[in-house]
Formats: sequence, structure tokens, C-alpha cells
Amino acid sequence: MTAASELPSWAALGVAILVVAGTTMTLLGSIGLLRFRTFYERLHPPTLGSSSGTMLVVLASILYFSVVRSRPSIHEILILIFMTLTTPVTFILLARAALYRDRTEGNSDVPSDPLQGPADPSA
Amino acid sequence: MIARLLPYPALAAVLFVVWMFLAQSVSPGQILLGTAVAVAASGLMVSLRPKRTKVASWSKALVLGWIVLVDILRSNLTVAWIIASNPKTRISSFIQFDLALRSEAGLTILALIITATPGTAWVQFDRASGSLVIHVFDLVDEDEWIDLVRTRYEALLIEIFEP
Amino acid sequence: MSAQVLSWALLVAQLMLGLGMICAAVRMIIGPRAQDRVLSLDSLYVSAMLMLLVFGIQTGRTLYFESALVIALLGFTSTLALAKFLMRGEVIE
Repeated sequence: MTAASELPSWAALGVAILVVAGTTMTLLGSIGLLRFRTFYERLHPPTLGSSSGTMLVVLASILYFSVVRSRPSIHEILILIFMTLTTPVTFILLARAALYRDRTEGNSDVPSDPLQGPADPSA
Repeated sequence: MIARLLPYPALAAVLFVVWMFLAQSVSPGQILLGTAVAVAASGLMVSLRPKRTKVASWSKALVLGWIVLVDILRSNLTVAWIIASNPKTRISSFIQFDLALRSEAGLTILALIITATPGTAWVQFDRASGSLVIHVFDLVDEDEWIDLVRTRYEALLIEIFEP
Repeated sequence: MSAQVLSWALLVAQLMLGLGMICAAVRMIIGPRAQDRVLSLDSLYVSAMLMLLVFGIQTGRTLYFESALVIALLGFTSTLALAKFLMRGEVIE
């Protein structure tokens, strides 16, 4: 804990609040992943960790290193940009894979394929 | 000459900026290396032949970016609250509706927006009919969600990519 | 005083991330389907990456940033490959 003692108190408090808030969001996302019943419901909670969780922890890291080195340290923003761009891509593919598998096995609780099934076109 | 050396100037610029961020220095050597990487990598993109997309209005793109940022933060709080309180009455289900948007870039960005926002996930899209299936975590009113996607994102994306 | 608050906050943050990783690991073990396991693997990756960022703040070293970036990159690629495999590899034989 040597590095933390060099920080002015406003920065230390700011970093503390940002880190705890970010990890709380991530923990809530993981709890949701464990808790909900169907796969499609479980698809939503992990986005908490990859959007606001990552955002808050990255902001904490930027604040901490900028104050400690007394020059702007913004390269952590790369992680944030990367996570916000890639997580949706993986989730879209996973949702499509899950839908495909459910349809192949004939599960009735997923919507039928609009290309083949008799789904009503007005919906 | 410039067009042959830099077929995708925006991509080259982004690669250069990312390189400078990673190197964390602005020494002449790093600038030279970053330029070399940017030119070489963006030159390789030519063999992939991506379709060129024109952005009609950058100011509207900025507006959309701001709307999306606010929506992501707001729905983060909503979903966090739902997970913490876990109300028994919550219904989550698929909804299906048609989109008017057809441009590839617009559809890609719409898919990213809808999935990146906690609470909604893009599940399937059929390009021929324009019919879209999304999954909504906390469905209260189906028409409200359809209206949200159409007026809040789709309308702006059409103005940005299909003027 | 504020340095003490920060070190406690970092400890709490690490505990919460660890708990989140346990939740994701339990979901990965109980499944029930392969897509659930891939989804929890992705969630595990995100928690591990954030854990490294918190380590970086705790020790004051920028070394952890690079490993976090590598985990983020590898996590994306592997989840993408697994999702693609689920669509093509298992159901149709």
C-alpha cells in the first residue's frame, strides 16, 4: 500500500468510490447470471460488468495513475473502447447459436423462424 | 498518390492513435513505427474489399452517440435494481417487428447498440423481410419497446446512413 | 486516513470480484447447456480483467494494464470461436 499513501485525499476517495461502484455492478451481473432461469434471461446481466463495471474501474484507474504520475494517463481508455465494441458482438453470436440449437431440438419456448415457420407477418 | 498509399485514411488514423496510446510516448521512433504500422495495416484492408459507407451527417452521429451513452448508463441502473430486488412479476420475452433500415453499417450499429444496452439483446434479423427478433429482459409494454427502437435509434441511423 | 479508506475499498473490490468469479464458475459447472457455459466463461474473463486493473491500482504498476488488455483480447476471440462452434460443430454432425 505504499503507492496509495502519496495520493491527495480527494483523489483517494474518488478512486475508492469508483472502484467499489464498478465492482458492485460486476458482482450484480454475475449474481444475475447465476440466478435467472432461462438462457435468454441470463444473457442480460453480464452486460452490466462489461459496460458500467468496466467503465467505472477504468475511470478509477485513469484518475489514480493521472494523479500519481501528475500527467494525464488515458491509455486505459483502450480497454473501455475495446470492451464496449466486442462484448455485443460475442453476445449476438451466442444468442444466435442458442436460438439455432433450441430450434433444432424443437423447444417450444423460442420464436419460430420467420423464414420457415408460420409466424404471423403483422407482429 | 495519397489515395494509393492510404486507401482508408480514417482507419490508418485510428490505428496510429491506438499505437501511440499503447506505446505511451511521443518519441520520433514511436511516431515512425506507428505510421509504418498504420500504413501497412490499412493497406492490407484493400484485399478484403470492404464496402465504402458514407456518413451523411456527423453531427447526428454525435447526437446518437450521446443518446446511446445515456441509455446504456440508465438501463445499467435499471437492470442492476431488477437483479438486486428480483420482482416476481417480471416478464421477459421475445418481441418481433419490422425495420425500415437497410444499410449494412446502420444495421451493424443498431445491433451493437441494442445488445450493448443491458436489458435488450439482438437475437435474429432477416435481411430479406427486414423482420427483427429481440429479447427484452423486463417487458412491460411491447409497443413501447418497438416505438423506442424505431424512433430513438432507427430514425437517426436512417438519417445518418441513408439520407 | 484517506489512504486507509482506499486500501479497504480495493480489498472490498477484490472480494466482490472474487465472489463474482465464483458465481460465474458455479454457473459454468451447473450449465445446463453449452451456451450457458460459454456465457459464464465470458463473464469470468471480464471479472478477471477487472481484477487485474484493481491490482494495478493497488500496486501502482502499469504492468497490469497490459495483461488486462491481453485478457480482454483473448477472451473476445475465444468466446467468439466457441459461439461459432456451438452453431456449426455440435448439433449437425
